[in-house]
Amino acid sequence: MISQFFILSSKGDPLIYKDFRGDSGGRDVAELFYRKLTGLPGDESPVVMHHEGRHFIHIRHSGLYLVVTTSENVSPFGLLELLSRLATLLGDYCGSLGEGTISRNVALVYELLDEVLDYGYVQTTSTEMLRNFIQTEAVVSKPFSLFDLSSVGLFGAETQQSKVAPSSAASRPVLSSRSDQSQKNEVFLDVVERLSVLIASNGSLLKVDVQGEIRLKSFLPSGSEMRIGLTEEFCVGKSELRGYGPGIRVDEVSFHSFVNLDEFESHRILRLQPPQGELTVMRYQLSDDLPSPLPFRLFPSVQWDRGSGRLQVYLKLRCDLPLKSQALNVRLHLPLPRGVISLSQELSSPEQKAELAEGALRWDLPRVQGGSQLSGLFQMDVPRPPGLPSHGLSTSAPPLGLGPASLSFELPRHTCSGLQVRFLRLAFRPCGNANPHKWVRHLSHSDAYVIRI
Amino acid sequence: MPYLGSEDVVKELKKALCNPHIQADRLRYRNVIQRVIRYMTQGLDMSGVFMEMVKASATVDIVQKKLVYLYMCTYAPLKPDLALLAINTLCKDCSDPNPMVRGLALRSMCSLRMSKLDQWGQAEVLNFLLRYQPRSEEELFDILNLLDSFLKSGSPGVVMGATKLFLILAKKFPHVQTDVLVRVKGPLLAACSSESRELCFVALCHVRQILHSLPGHFSSHYKKFFCSYSEPHYIKLQKVEVLCELVNDENVQQVLEELRGYCTDVSADFAQAAIFAIGSIARTYTDQCVQILTELLGLRQEHITTVVVQTFRDLVWLCPQCTEAVCQALPGCEENIQDSEGKQALIWLLGVHGERIPNAPYVLEDFVENVKSETFPAVKMELLTALLRLFLSRPAECQDMLGRLLYYCIEEEKDMAVRDRGLFYYRLLLVGIDEVKRILCSPKSDPTLGLLEDPAERPVNSWASDFNTLVPVYGKSRWATISKCHGAERCGPELPKTSSFAASGPLIPEENKERVQEVPDSGALMLVPNLQLTADYFEKTWLSLKVAHQQVLPWQGEFHPDTLQMALQVVNIQTIAMSRAGARPWKAYLSAQDDTGCLFLTELLWKPENSEMQISVKQNETRTETLKSFISVLETVIGTIEEIKS
Repeated sequence: MISQFFILSSKGDPLIYKDFRGDSGGRDVAELFYRKLTGLPGDESPVVMHHEGRHFIHIRHSGLYLVVTTSENVSPFGLLELLSRLATLLGDYCGSLGEGTISRNVALVYELLDEVLDYGYVQTTSTEMLRNFIQTEAVVSKPFSLFDLSSVGLFGAETQQSKVAPSSAASRPVLSSRSDQSQKNEVFLDVVERLSVLIASNGSLLKVDVQGEIRLKSFLPSGSEMRIGLTEEFCVGKSELRGYGPGIRVDEVSFHSFVNLDEFESHRILRLQPPQGELTVMRYQLSDDLPSPLPFRLFPSVQWDRGSGRLQVYLKLRCDLPLKSQALNVRLHLPLPRGVISLSQELSSPEQKAELAEGALRWDLPRVQGGSQLSGLFQMDVPRPPGLPSHGLSTSAPPLGLGPASLSFELPRHTCSGLQVRFLRLAFRPCGNANPHKWVRHLSHSDAYVIRI
Repeated sequence: MPYLGSEDVVKELKKALCNPHIQADRLRYRNVIQRVIRYMTQGLDMSGVFMEMVKASATVDIVQKKLVYLYMCTYAPLKPDLALLAINTLCKDCSDPNPMVRGLALRSMCSLRMSKLDQWGQAEVLNFLLRYQPRSEEELFDILNLLDSFLKSGSPGVVMGATKLFLILAKKFPHVQTDVLVRVKGPLLAACSSESRELCFVALCHVRQILHSLPGHFSSHYKKFFCSYSEPHYIKLQKVEVLCELVNDENVQQVLEELRGYCTDVSADFAQAAIFAIGSIARTYTDQCVQILTELLGLRQEHITTVVVQTFRDLVWLCPQCTEAVCQALPGCEENIQDSEGKQALIWLLGVHGERIPNAPYVLEDFVENVKSETFPAVKMELLTALLRLFLSRPAECQDMLGRLLYYCIEEEKDMAVRDRGLFYYRLLLVGIDEVKRILCSPKSDPTLGLLEDPAERPVNSWASDFNTLVPVYGKSRWATISKCHGAERCGPELPKTSSFAASGPLIPEENKERVQEVPDSGALMLVPNLQLTADYFEKTWLSLKVAHQQVLPWQGEFHPDTLQMALQVVNIQTIAMSRAGARPWKAYLSAQDDTGCLFLTELLWKPENSEMQISVKQNETRTETLKSFISVLETVIGTIEEIKS
């Protein structure tokens, strides 16, 4: 049972504090939590902490700490699930989750908490049920504008009606502007994949892992039915075979309990009546077998002269995406030996940037076109540790602390598994209103893309 | 039947049901209701007249009541809000004088199925069910079958709650437990690669818990536990632990390759954790690991070298076959070690295996030269012992500096422990070199201890009740301290205190002998003096037997293995092997035999963090009476020492 719930900013300022049972301590627990968190020894985990018969369990979300305290030996899975559900819920109601939105919507947050938890027990977390009880309207900082260019492109919006849907369109409260009906008829469907890859120094692939999600954010009235058509060649498991060719294969799939799978077997169609707000429709995983080539290949060559301490790293990065696709915000991170001082660089195009930061080389490539090849030559000086003989050791071995290289990037309009949403159809006919806007977006991004050197 | 869409039918029926003329005519009213039921049976959606049907339930006509209740039970799931209205009528009917009406109302109330439980409710109910004890095997499996769908839930809280319930209910069916753990593998692995770090951490803790019982359970998924550089420290450490535990013949190459990459991580703490991990894998895959560790020495980094040397020290003690390789790797290390722990390890290695390391005396000489500026007393103690040992095997090279070191320790050293140690060795040398050899040349390794120290596979039942709680997340030992200070004021000491010995004064051999004579009288147990058992024989017997008795005694504060060993000797219990003094947790293996030939093999496990001593006794013949007597002897000895110390 939950005793207290509070939200702290990233600097430890309490934004929200609620005591449900009055059985433990006072307000100072929030401060106590932050002190414990910052004073924790490096090898201990902050996820669950203990102080005088009270357990602190928290998640970090959008730079905030969402914390519950309890005095009982509860289910950690359940509590963490509740915390992340609360984060989604607050995001739904306040538009987005952040220090600013929370402090602007304190009354709304307290009202929500009051309904979600009673005496430390969960009542309901369904956006739909809660709608009936929530009276406060969300305060939004700035009105939604199509020209909010800062966020366009970052998410790589793809449209069905040749319009651009800025990603900020999705970050507004589900319940705001009750009067303004025209704004409400929108639905966002995102296919997001996280890619983790490990490549050995000889170029062989050691590990590929794709974690995918289909996320839906609906502003339509609840209960309106929609059908989501997936790629017809979509197969689950190693043995299933569909269509011609290799098909789009994933290892495991799980669906939200709202999803009706009657047409899934025959036509790969998901039917559901989603409530307003955010919902993860489907999760899937895929390891070891990718249908398409990996997005990036790195060909490093290292020259290391131990005597003079001169280290030369030549990196060639090849993008194996289809010609029309591109990768955005590509950043290569290469840890360097300790004490590297100077860096000189020759980069293959002017928009790239490279610098030394925190003992590592950071090479930024804002945009990489499919099929292209980029390179960088970096020269560094590594001071020779005192007392080390200047010769006699092999010069071919790379110095300590060099590598492995890791890449981070976003691939808009691309899924590594090949899964696509064929269509999104709504059965709902809004009276007197234009057709609802449907935004379907595909995105892959790197979770850990590591290349050993 | 007239050709009408269901909407028109509903409209028409609604009108009829509301018509006061029809309501007044009992037969016509019942007729209309019958029509509703008929359409309902044909599959037309009649939920539109729910309101009117609820009104129709307030009647004295039992037939009509029955029909309406049938209707309500069918549509209540669709109209939970309106079904609430019916409850009022049902409650009223429950106090009707007619028993038939009462029964009908009660039955209908029970069959009103309203909206299903959400995930929070499910988790709560699963938790509550843990208290239930099935009465028969059939009932048990019925329950398990009903619960099966919860294992497939999309909510991790529900899946883990259901898993725990399965594990607890099926405690007598290990194959069912294993089956459940296989099924929960997917959800757990998904949680381990979740975007939420917190969920990932909790899942990793549970994976480790499962690995304790089923070591091979996640071996084929080892890649899922590779670290990514952006992960926080606490997740990386958990993953490294998991990798150590799931290593097997097939994946050892890849896992070691991965771990080697971590050893040069920018974070020194993480690098050291990875090296220790390789060290623990080395107990099984010695050659490969020693080679990797030796390569790491070539990097000449202080934080790496010190941990590698400490790993070597522990390794040669447990796996003597790698001594040669370690001895070859050591020269040159001394330049890159600055901290106390690393120096101690290196000096110990040079002392014990110095005859195989050509430059050992010269390295020790450097330490002797700089002993004045040495800040750690523990290093000086280690140096004294090591040099004396090396002196025994290479006297010519060591004699001079041994003299200098002893002189310094006795005359100039300010730390009393170091001085006493110096004096002790000095006097020992005066007695004669044979005596020194007898005392200092103890075995150089103890592989049996390593085998016995290997964490035995724990049965699932030993942790099933901790699954999906905070216990695996804190770790067992931290949880023990937490629950101790938590429950201290509530329960007080739970363990029987051996208070009867509190008054018996300090331990002196005479008094103890008296007590030994008391004990056999009471329990008819006579332990044979001077029992000789080899470590090998002990190990074989120990592994082949089951634990006959296990208990925990309180043990606060300091601990002196020597005193305990002496006291045990007095009651004819021999010590076969024990950990170094100061090791945590500390272990000892004891053996004893009574006059009928019954063997008692005992393991003492002292965990300082729990302040308790765990005793496990194995017996080669099952004899409960003598076992009891033996336990009481052990309790007496341990209790007495505990009392004296405090």
